[in-house]
Amino acid sequence: MLKLGEHEFESRLIIGSGKFSNNALMPEVIRASGAEIVTLALRRVNLKDNKENVLNFIPVGLLLLPNTSGARNAEEAIRIARLSKEMGCGSLIKIEVINDSKYLMPDNEETIKATEILVKEGFIVLPYITPDLIVSRKLRDVGASAIMPLGSPIGSNRGFQTKEIVRLIVEEINLPVILDAGIGKPSQACDAMEMGVDAVMVNTAIATSDNPVEMARAFKLAVEAGRIAFEAKLGLTRESAVASSPLTGFLDE
Amino acid sequence: MSRMSIEEKFKKLDMSILDKKVTINQVKNVLGKDYLNLEDFAILLSEKAKICLEEMAKRAHEESVRNFGKTIQLYTPLYLGNHCVNKCIYCAFNSEHSIKRKTLELDEIKAECEKIARSGLQDILLLTGESRKHTGLNYIKQAVKVAKEYFSSVSVEIYPLEELEYKDLIQAGVSGLTIYQETYCESSYKELHLKGPKTNYQHRLNTPERGAKAGMYAINIGVLLGLSNIKNDVYKLAAHLTYLMHVYPGVEWGLSLPRIQKIENAVFESIEITDKQYLQILLAFRLCFPRISINLSTRENSILRNHLLSLGITKMSAGVKTSVGESKKGDGSTAQFEISDTRSVEEISNMITCAGYQIIYKDWVSI
Repeated sequence: MLKLGEHEFESRLIIGSGKFSNNALMPEVIRASGAEIVTLALRRVNLKDNKENVLNFIPVGLLLLPNTSGARNAEEAIRIARLSKEMGCGSLIKIEVINDSKYLMPDNEETIKATEILVKEGFIVLPYITPDLIVSRKLRDVGASAIMPLGSPIGSNRGFQTKEIVRLIVEEINLPVILDAGIGKPSQACDAMEMGVDAVMVNTAIATSDNPVEMARAFKLAVEAGRIAFEAKLGLTRESAVASSPLTGFLDE
Repeated sequence: MSRMSIEEKFKKLDMSILDKKVTINQVKNVLGKDYLNLEDFAILLSEKAKICLEEMAKRAHEESVRNFGKTIQLYTPLYLGNHCVNKCIYCAFNSEHSIKRKTLELDEIKAECEKIARSGLQDILLLTGESRKHTGLNYIKQAVKVAKEYFSSVSVEIYPLEELEYKDLIQAGVSGLTIYQETYCESSYKELHLKGPKTNYQHRLNTPERGAKAGMYAINIGVLLGLSNIKNDVYKLAAHLTYLMHVYPGVEWGLSLPRIQKIENAVFESIEITDKQYLQILLAFRLCFPRISINLSTRENSILRNHLLSLGITKMSAGVKTSVGESKKGDGSTAQFEISDTRSVEEISNMITCAGYQIIYKDWVSI
């Protein structure tokens, strides 16, 4: 089970709600993905218009994970998080602090600051970061409930480029690690799950596919397969040849 | 920190790059690259690149969908006043034109906002001519406060302000600034802007930076295509954008590429730009700046707007009028320019939805 704060989930695939050609597609996509958590940019929540309110397209029973998209620093992220709570979106929050409109890379330093303050205010904080082991330790120490490192820049569909660093975070940090951003194909999500990340978050690859429902199903299966493989423990998959003459034979001489 | 100013950058900018012979191979190489730079932009503006327009369009479509999804943001402009002290020979608001002048009263602004908000729009752009007497900073601030009651996002397209004044506007609730250089050709600029504060090319050139320093969230720049040499203007616009994105990475930069339209009383002969050339410019920007927002105005006709929807545009205006106040016959003021796409918000929304795109009405949270 994936555990975030007090919540527990069977599904290890988290779906983003932006970028769909039509919000009406979402219920079916979510169903096909098996996701129990859907992320949502608070800046897009349109309470004034029922027809356009993305909240109306997210099936009841799912957990909403609001994000602070639009925040450029810790202070703005904190204010958006508080607003999210006031609007009834609960105390779970994904911290997204981006002060880089060219590549949309998160600002780790500001993210730590925002996390520390929001945890003290009772939020369950899931920080989105550029993978960094030291930053992850600091986030753990200030009370983050999970670490959300990016696989490659948002929307790039370039796959799991940060694998070696995320591997260290998985090894060292005793918190759920959710791979977020950049995953373009189900095989990449599977790869990350095999390695041991706890969950994968996908938006662009599903939302912009020609068939989002089928793509959602493909990701569901890939994430499940990767998790099963991780739990079953992968066999040795070394690619280089092994020396044929024994190296410790001298002990018996 | 000392860094080169935009003026210094422009002095060092090699404009001869636009006259260099380009081979089809060079264009193909650019289209094969992951990240394109200013030099690549020049190649995509070349005559040879026109042969690869279809390839450029395909990539622009892919880049847009990847970065923004199948979504289009909608907004509408609201003209607060057309009093102006400048003499820009291509503009209907030119101070020497004897047109009906009007500045909306606050209750009129409220009524207009109410009407626009009913159409579902949540993003408004407030515009004025340049008249500190009729539409001064305090007036604009009051107008912003009224608009904030109805819209989640309020932007301004007004005369250039100072950094502290922009801070004031941000405090009042403004999140976006639109400021066009009109043309980057200094000599043309002087011939086109004959009187008033707008004659100051440098001050206008530095306006986006003052906005960025003040903490403006989104800034939209552009040229009015057709005022001067088109290739030079768009190349300098790309250079300006590159500079601004480098120095102020936190701002959501955007651009508009308005083509000059017929104007009442104008004595000015503009340079014509074909749809093909227009598309080439749009695609070159999308490929070199994959994440910036690109705004398409109602100056363009409805057919072209329908087609450009999937080729790099992220934002469109809808339900536009360019006059001040009531649009009933005889009661309104003169329009700044003639719009070409006169469809209602509902009609444009239907077109976008039918094209398989989601309309984003709200993309801003006031905090």
